[in-house]
Amino acid sequence: MFKKLASWDSIIILLTVLVLIVASVVVDNFGTSRNFTFMVLDLMPIILVALPMTFIIITGEIDLSVASVLGLTSSLMGWLWNHDMAIQTIIPLCIVIGAVAGALNGFLITGLGLPSLAVTIGTLALYRGLAFVVLGDSAVADFPFNFTGWVTGTLGDGSIPNVLIPIIAMAVVFGVILHATPVGRALYAIGANAQAAHFSGIRVARTKLWLYVVSGAVSGLVGVLWTLRYSSARADNGAGLELAVVAAVLLGGVSIFGGKGSLPGVLAGVVLLTALQNALRLEDVSGQALNIVTGALLVLSVLLPNIVTTVRGNWQRRRLRQSAAQ
Amino acid sequence: MAEAIALLEVHDVTKSFGAVAAVQGVSFPLYSGEAHALVGENGAGKSTIVKMLAGVHRPDTGTLRVNGADVDFAGPADAKAAGIAVIYQEPTLFPDLSVAENIAMGNQPLTRLRQIDRKAMHANADRLFARLGVHIDPTRPARGLSIADQQLVEIAKALNLPAAENPRNNQMTSEARVLIMDEPTAALSGVEVERLFAVVRSLRDEGAAILFISHRFEEITELCERVTIMRDGKHVATELVADLTVDDMIRRMVGRDLSALFPKQDVTPGEVMLSVENLSREGIFRDISFEVRAGEIVALAGLVGAGRSEVMQAVFGVDPYDSGAVKIRGKRLKPGNPRAAMAAGMALVPEDRRQQGLIMDLSIERNITLPRARKLARLGLLFGGAEKRAAATWAEKLQTKLGKLSDAVGTLSGGNQQKVVLAKWLATAPQLLIVDEPTRGIDVGTKAEVHRLMSSLAADGLAVVMVSSELPEVLGMADRIVVLREGRVAATLTRAEATEESVMYAAMGQEVAA
Amino acid sequence: MTPLALQKPRKPTMNLLKTRELGILLALALLVLYTTINNPRFLSGQSIRDNLLNTAILAVMATGQAIVVITRNIDLSVGSVLGISAWTAATMMSDHQGLPMIVAILVGLAVGAVAGLLNGVLVRYGKVPALVVTLGTLYIYRGITYQWAGGSQVNADKLPAHFLNFANDSLLGIPWLVLIALLVVGGATLVMRNYRVGRELYAMGSSPQAAELAGIKVARNLLGAFVLSGALAGLAGVLFAARFGTVDASAGTGYELNVVAAVVVGGVAVFGGSGTVWGAGLGALLLTVISSALAVLDINQFWQQAIVGALIILAICADRLVAVRIARSLRKRDAHV
Repeated sequence: MFKKLASWDSIIILLTVLVLIVASVVVDNFGTSRNFTFMVLDLMPIILVALPMTFIIITGEIDLSVASVLGLTSSLMGWLWNHDMAIQTIIPLCIVIGAVAGALNGFLITGLGLPSLAVTIGTLALYRGLAFVVLGDSAVADFPFNFTGWVTGTLGDGSIPNVLIPIIAMAVVFGVILHATPVGRALYAIGANAQAAHFSGIRVARTKLWLYVVSGAVSGLVGVLWTLRYSSARADNGAGLELAVVAAVLLGGVSIFGGKGSLPGVLAGVVLLTALQNALRLEDVSGQALNIVTGALLVLSVLLPNIVTTVRGNWQRRRLRQSAAQ
Repeated sequence: MAEAIALLEVHDVTKSFGAVAAVQGVSFPLYSGEAHALVGENGAGKSTIVKMLAGVHRPDTGTLRVNGADVDFAGPADAKAAGIAVIYQEPTLFPDLSVAENIAMGNQPLTRLRQIDRKAMHANADRLFARLGVHIDPTRPARGLSIADQQLVEIAKALNLPAAENPRNNQMTSEARVLIMDEPTAALSGVEVERLFAVVRSLRDEGAAILFISHRFEEITELCERVTIMRDGKHVATELVADLTVDDMIRRMVGRDLSALFPKQDVTPGEVMLSVENLSREGIFRDISFEVRAGEIVALAGLVGAGRSEVMQAVFGVDPYDSGAVKIRGKRLKPGNPRAAMAAGMALVPEDRRQQGLIMDLSIERNITLPRARKLARLGLLFGGAEKRAAATWAEKLQTKLGKLSDAVGTLSGGNQQKVVLAKWLATAPQLLIVDEPTRGIDVGTKAEVHRLMSSLAADGLAVVMVSSELPEVLGMADRIVVLREGRVAATLTRAEATEESVMYAAMGQEVAA
Repeated sequence: MTPLALQKPRKPTMNLLKTRELGILLALALLVLYTTINNPRFLSGQSIRDNLLNTAILAVMATGQAIVVITRNIDLSVGSVLGISAWTAATMMSDHQGLPMIVAILVGLAVGAVAGLLNGVLVRYGKVPALVVTLGTLYIYRGITYQWAGGSQVNADKLPAHFLNFANDSLLGIPWLVLIALLVVGGATLVMRNYRVGRELYAMGSSPQAAELAGIKVARNLLGAFVLSGALAGLAGVLFAARFGTVDASAGTGYELNVVAAVVVGGVAVFGGSGTVWGAGLGALLLTVISSALAVLDINQFWQQAIVGALIILAICADRLVAVRIARSLRKRDAHV
C-alpha cells in the first residue's frame, strides 16, 4: 500500500483533479467554457516546452534557455515580417532557427562535454540578448488575422480551442516515445547511469544532442504560437517561462537527478500549475504574488517527497527499535 | 588476551536498512596489538559493520565500546576523534585538492595565526609516503592518480589521525589506534601489498588494533591472528586463524561444502573469432595483438594498471584507440562503436558492476533487456510484456535469486547482480564474450556457478576473453594466457606453460621472491 | 627509493590554474587600451571611478556566489535578495532619517542572511538541489518584495543625505563602496586559501561524499556558505540603494545572471572544488568594464546581455580546455608506455 502511495505522479494527478473540482465549485467563472479556452491558451506554451524538457531532465540534464529561444524566435518573426517575408516561410524558418539554437546547446554539452546547467544559463543570456539585438525594445503587431485568429480561436462554435489539437497530438507522441519505445528506455538508462548506458550500446551523446535540437525546435514553435496568440512580437516574450516549465516538470514527479518520472505526471503538473494560477487570478491575486506560488510549488515538489521518505524511514526505524526492545 | 579490555568492541549490534536486516546481533572484540580478519560472503554485513565503526551509520540496537566505555558516534568526525581510521573499499579522495591536503584534511598543521602551514603539511605527507616506501608528489592534485596510488594516499590518510592539538608541537600527527581496512588490496600489486602489510605489522606491534577485510584467504593467513566470520548479517565464529584451514573458513562463510574451482573442459578450438592487431592507445597500451578462437577461453592477466580492462574496452568500442585493428571473423570492426561490436556478435561484461554493468535504480527486467530493447520492439513499440518474458527466461537460466523482475537491481546481492549482468549479455546471443573480473566481489558459491557457466558456454562454441586478477581462476579456466605488463604484451602462455610463477614472472618482469 | 628523490618539479598545475586570473587581466588591459584609443575619456578619473563603483556591488555579490559555487551549489536568488534588502533599507531610511549608515548596512546583512539561511536549510535538510531551491526563492523573494512595495518607489529626495553620500564619500581617496568590496573579496580570498574552513569548502565541492566520510562539518559549512551569499547580496542591496537613490520592487532583477557570469568568467568551475574568490572579483570587473566600454564605443546597448551570455560559455569552454590539458599532462607524466 505504501508503495502505491509513494508514487508522486499518481498523487499529483489526484491533486490536480481535486484542484480542478474545488476551483470549479469555489471560484466564480472558473468552470465556464470561456475560462476553459483561456486556460488552454495559458497552458499551451508551458505544456509544449515541458514535453522535451521532461526528456532532457530524465536524462539528467537541463535546458534553461528555452524561454530565451522563444524570445529570439519571436523577435526574428517580427523582424522578418517587417522585412516583408511571407508568414508561410517565416513560421518554418523560426522553428528551424529554434532547432539550430538548441543544436548549439547540444553541441556545447555533448560535443565539448560542458555542464548543461552552465551552458544553458549562458545561452539563456545569449539568446535573450540576441533577441534584443534583433528587435530592440520595439514590438511588431500587424500579423495576418487568419493566423492570429486560428491560434486564439475555437473548433467550430464550441469552447474547444484549436490549439488543443496539436497539444494533445504532441503529448501523445512524446508519451508513447517515452514509455513504449527503445528510445524511451534509453532515456531512463542514460539518466540513471550514463556510463552503464554507454556500455550497453546506447549512443548517449547523440541522443542528448537530439533532445536539445528537439527542445530548441519546440521552443521555436512556441515562440511563433506565443507571437500569434498575443499578436505581438517582442524581444522579452516569454521571459521567465523556463521557471514555470521546470516547476511543472518537477511538480509532475520527474527527478531533477534524472532517471525517474512519467509523462502523465508532467501533464498533471502543468495543469495543476496553470489551474492554480488561473484560479488565483480570478480571485484577484496580483501577477507578482502568483510568482510566490510558482516558486513555492517548485521547491515543494522536490521537498515534499523527500520529507515523506525521511519520515517513513524514521517511522520504520522506531518500529524496529521497539520490536527489538521487546 | 581475553582478560584484557578490548580497544574496540562491537557488542550485540543490529542495523537494518528498510526491511533488510544487514547486521543482526553481532559481537566481537578487537584487542590492542592484533590484526583481526573479518570475512563473509558479499552481503554478509561486513561493510555495514565498517560503516558503523566509522560513524557513518548508527547501530539500531546494541553498542560500540572503546576501551570498555560505550560510545555513540554522531558522525565520522567522532569516530576519527576516538582514534579509528578507515580505509574504504572505494577511494574517497578530493580530486581538486593536492595529495598533501587530502591526507591532512581535518587536521592540517597550523601556524600561529591558525593559518594552514603548507610546508609542514607537505613534509608530513613526504614522511608518510617514505614510511610506505612510495613516491607520490604531495603537491599534485589527487585527480588523475592511478587506482593503486589513490589507495596508497588513502592508506597515508588513515595513518595520519589527529592527536596533538598544540600547533607548535613537533609531534603534530600521531597514528591511528584502530585501523579498519575494507578490501584495501583489491587494486594493489604484489609488491605494494607486501609494503602495506609491513606497515600494518609495525603498527600492530606498536599496539594498534587492525580490522582487515579481504576476499583473499592467503592474505588473511599471512597477516591476521584471529578471524571473525559472518554469514547473512549474523556472527558465525571468532577464532584463531591458525586453528582453521581455508576450507574451514569457506565452509562457515557459505554454510556448505564446495569444490573451490571448476576447471574448464577441453574443447577443440574452432575458427578465429577475434583478432586484435597492433592495437595502441597513447599513454595506455601499445602494440597489443592476440587471437581468440571459438570454444577457447583466453585470459588477460597482469597487474592492476597493466591496461587489461582498457584493451578490452577499446576492443568492444566503449573506449577509443589510436591505431591498430580489431577484426571479428576477419572483418574489421568500426572503432569506438559498441553498437557495431554488438551487431558483430560481441558482448562485454565489464569490470565495475555498479558503474558500468548495471543501472542500479532500474528494474532487473529493464537491465536484462536494455541492449536488446530495439530487437524486442514491434514496429518500434515495446508492448505486451515482451521484455518481461525475455528477462524471465534468462533470469531463470542463470538461476538468479530474485523477488520480482520489477524490483530494482540494486536490491540484489553482489553475486546475483553479476548473474543479471551475465544474463543481460548472454541474452544478446553473442559469439564472443568478454568478461572482465567475472567473479570479483561475489561469494564462493556463485563463483563456482560462474566458472561452470563459462566453461559450458565455451564448450558450446563461444569464444571467451577473460580479464582476471585471480591467478587460480586464470590458471584453472584459460586455454591460453596473454600477460600484459605496463600496456604491452609481456608473454603469451599456453595452458601447459602456465604456472603461478611463469605468469607472475611475465607480469612483473622480474623474478618473484619465493 | 630514498625520500630525497621525492623533490620533483612541483609547479605545473599551479601555473595552469593561475592562467585564468592572468588571462582576465590581459583581456582587461586589451579592452581598456582599445577603448581608450577610440575615446581617451575612458581613462579619465571620473570614468575609472564609475567603473570601480559599478564593479563594487557586483564583486560583493560575486564573492558570496563564488563560495557557494565552490561547494558545488549555486545561488540564483541573489538578485531578488538584493531587491528585498534594498527596499528594506530604503524604506527604513526614509522613515527614520536619523539612523546612521551602519544600521542600514547591518539590517541589509541581516535580511540577506535570513534569506540565505532559508536557502541553505532547504538545500541541506530538505535535500533539494540548490538550483531548484534558489530558482524557487528567486521568485518567492521577488514576489514578497512586490507584495510589500506594490507599485511604489522610494526616491532620492526622501532619503537622508548621509545615506546617499555614502556612495560617493571616500577614505584616503578610495570610495567607501570600493573599500568595502576590496575588504570582502580580499578577506574571503584569504579565508578560502589559508584557513581550514576554506579548504573544507573546497573539499565539499570536490567530492561531497568524501567530505562526509572525512568528518567535515558539512551542514555547518554549507549553511555558512548560503548565509554568507545571502548576507553579501543583502549588503549589496544597501549599497545599491545608497548609490542609485531610487529604489522600487524591481531593484536587481536579473542580477543573478551577471553574478553567475562574473564567477564563471572568473574561473570558478561550476562543478565546484576549484577557482578563487579574487578571480570572481576580477570577473566582476571585466563584465563592468565591458558594459561601460560598449557605451563609450557607442555600440548598441542591447548587445550587453548577449555578450554576458557569450562570455559565460567562453569561460566554461576555457575551463574544460584547461581540465583536459591537465588530465593529459598528468596521464603523460604517469604513463609507463
